[in-house]
Amino acid sequence: MSLNFLEGNEAIAYGAMAAGCRFFAGYPITPATTVFNTMLKLLPPEGGVCLQGEDEIASIGFCLGASMAGLKCLTATSGPGISLYSEQISFAIGSEIPLVIVDVQRLGPSTGSATRGADGDIQFLQWGNSGGLPVIVLAPSDVGDCYLLTMYAFNLSETYRVPVFIAANKEISMTRETVDLSALPRPTVVERKTANADAPFLPFATAGDQKVPDFLPIGGDRIVRQTSSTHGPDGYITTDPQVIGDAIERMQAKLTDEIDRFTFYTEDPADGADTLIIAYGVTARAARVAGRNAAAAGTPVSLLTLKTLWPVPEALIREKAAPYKRIIVPEMNLGQYVREIQRVLADKKVEFVGRMDGSLIPPSMIEEVIYNG
Amino acid sequence: MDSLLNTQRPPVFCPGCAHERVVHALDKAFSQMGLAGNQVAIVSDIGCSGLFDTFFNTHAFHGLHGRALTYATGLKMARPDLHVVVTMGDGGLGIGGAHLLSACRRNLDLTLLVLNNFNYGMTGGQCSSTTPPGAVVGSGFLNQLEKPIDVCQVAGAAGAPDVRRASSYQKDLPEVMAGAIGFKGFSVIDMWGVCPGRYTKRNPLSPKAIEASLAGMPPAAGFAEANARREYGEHYRELAAGQKRQTEPSGMAKTCEPPFSGRREILILGKAGQRIVTAAEIMGLSGIAAGLHASQKSDYPITVLRGHSVSELILSDDPIDYTGISNPDVVIALADEGVARRKKQLENLTGNPLLIREKSIAVPDCAARIVEADFKAQKIKPQDWALAGLALLARRGGIVTGDMLAAGLAARFKGDVLASAAELVNRVEDAV
Ligand code: SF4
Repeated sequence: MSLNFLEGNEAIAYGAMAAGCRFFAGYPITPATTVFNTMLKLLPPEGGVCLQGEDEIASIGFCLGASMAGLKCLTATSGPGISLYSEQISFAIGSEIPLVIVDVQRLGPSTGSATRGADGDIQFLQWGNSGGLPVIVLAPSDVGDCYLLTMYAFNLSETYRVPVFIAANKEISMTRETVDLSALPRPTVVERKTANADAPFLPFATAGDQKVPDFLPIGGDRIVRQTSSTHGPDGYITTDPQVIGDAIERMQAKLTDEIDRFTFYTEDPADGADTLIIAYGVTARAARVAGRNAAAAGTPVSLLTLKTLWPVPEALIREKAAPYKRIIVPEMNLGQYVREIQRVLADKKVEFVGRMDGSLIPPSMIEEVIYNG
Repeated sequence: MDSLLNTQRPPVFCPGCAHERVVHALDKAFSQMGLAGNQVAIVSDIGCSGLFDTFFNTHAFHGLHGRALTYATGLKMARPDLHVVVTMGDGGLGIGGAHLLSACRRNLDLTLLVLNNFNYGMTGGQCSSTTPPGAVVGSGFLNQLEKPIDVCQVAGAAGAPDVRRASSYQKDLPEVMAGAIGFKGFSVIDMWGVCPGRYTKRNPLSPKAIEASLAGMPPAAGFAEANARREYGEHYRELAAGQKRQTEPSGMAKTCEPPFSGRREILILGKAGQRIVTAAEIMGLSGIAAGLHASQKSDYPITVLRGHSVSELILSDDPIDYTGISNPDVVIALADEGVARRKKQLENLTGNPLLIREKSIAVPDCAARIVEADFKAQKIKPQDWALAGLALLARRGGIVTGDMLAAGLAARFKGDVLASAAELVNRVEDAV
């Protein structure tokens, strides 16, 4: 064992580099700034580019340009910045521009508290774009997750040509903790699928049951079009409802049909339990302690930690929850993801325990619900 | 060189629209420069000028209103050889004002064509940032209240080295454009034109009148000398290549034994400037040297030179799940600010933890084994108190040993800094 002592944000940066990231742009904002600081040390000497935009809109715009030029891009921000990203995020979704976006959540609403943690953007990340197409959101629970999920985020964004979110939290991103980087089970790095050189290139064309268009970079030999307008396979504006509908359906299906391929989770099952805690992020760690304490006190409780939050891994949630009578969902907000759990497990008793004051949910708060309901 | 016009998609502007002239002038400029379609990217935004990219057989990037310069910046940094031409109207100019200023300051090799027709054509002729106060526009009386901006003065003041005024009707427009595209750095052309679809329905404006007005504007060429400097991308790559390479950290191996099993929580209460965070990090590294897991959280205000600085450290032989500290095993109190921040926590202490306190720092009544240290009398500077406190803790040996601390220091510091830290650790006198 060889342990590093890293902040979550540093691990995100190292994970990005391991995934082949070559471009970062961001605007300073606590608690995301140390992603920028670390990328600024790592990228330029490797021939990569790290920029500080004049604002968040510019920062993500730089990334969209560089991504279309063929580079793997990362940006990082927090609540106030992710709000400004919104319009560009919609663009990335609708025009299939790969990008990894880190949202280090801090206590909102609005500018809120810069140095206080929260999981208050969990619904915003899915629905904070115009049009409402599905997105991928991965939620790290610890520093090791920050590294690995960032690698997976790049692989997924390249595979599906989508923006992928890392829903971090100040409590993970700015907490320094031990991690054995050399022992992390890293995925194989995935590259964008490029178009065949001898066929005519249409930037958004898909053949047969292909769900993701092949990529060619802007600035390469063959001419490439990109547009934020509703477009046909040729990248020009279209008003044909059939063409539009097909493309929207394809962009939805490319994620929802494949959710099983990127449903990340861990389980802490307990023999004889009739209660399952479903948690994510830093709160899952308090839930694990609560489960251990409850088991020691004679009340075994199981834990399912979700690391893929969106699209909601419904099949997994149904399967894992099947043996249990009672479900507890703890969150550092007023009850956001619990809505999804209630929707998926409509036949079960789902209890919520939340906190939104900038403090961690301690194990005792969860134990209270375990014992007293 | 052949025309780069997309013959399958001819311009669709209103009859008499100045934009159409600009399309043809731009094509001539590309031809004069001998550029092929794959050497050029046209980046456009929203509005009638946003149609530009569709009329050319070049790379194209059409995005959100006012944000064209942001995409162009990413593209150019990723593809330095590409000729990147950005089109926007006076609408995009206004909504993307911050991007214009920054592009001028940056001096990345982009060419910005402002198709300035003094109103928002596409949405109904509302006033823009360049509409004269006397014009009749789709925004009622609102334009009477605001002063129009002069794109050239703004761009020049913001640092653009190549600023050009032009009429969409002037004969040498292709040459003006070719000059701007060929310029190595950021170029802006403020191109005035007529919008018959909206603006001239209610306002008299002709190519002749534009020519006359332009003649009365302050010259734009004057910025060339004052703003001449290196192109951003080239300069960036040169500075980037000189940065020290940094690789993923390799981690620390276990070199000594921990003095306890289980979990220990340490709370350090100090103030800004006392290097509290560094001391906590050293303690974490000391734990790693003994094969322990560690977590460290810090709490300080947004101001860096004032106020409390509090660090929470956990050492554990199992991986750490919950990173909060409920009841510390050790408290090190080094400043009133930190003590005040955690007053409640101190008052609620249970289990008789160790509390190391600098003599001058008062702590509230609490259930702790209080140990006093007179760092002042030992002439230890306040910025070293945290390390001194750590040294005293290591003397007691229950949580951090001398070997652990030595390894932690060696992992964090090098050379002279390490030597003086080690000297301090040895010199600190045991508490009375
Ligand atoms: S509305 Fe004005 S700017 Fe737009 S196409 Fe018509 S004349 Fe040109």
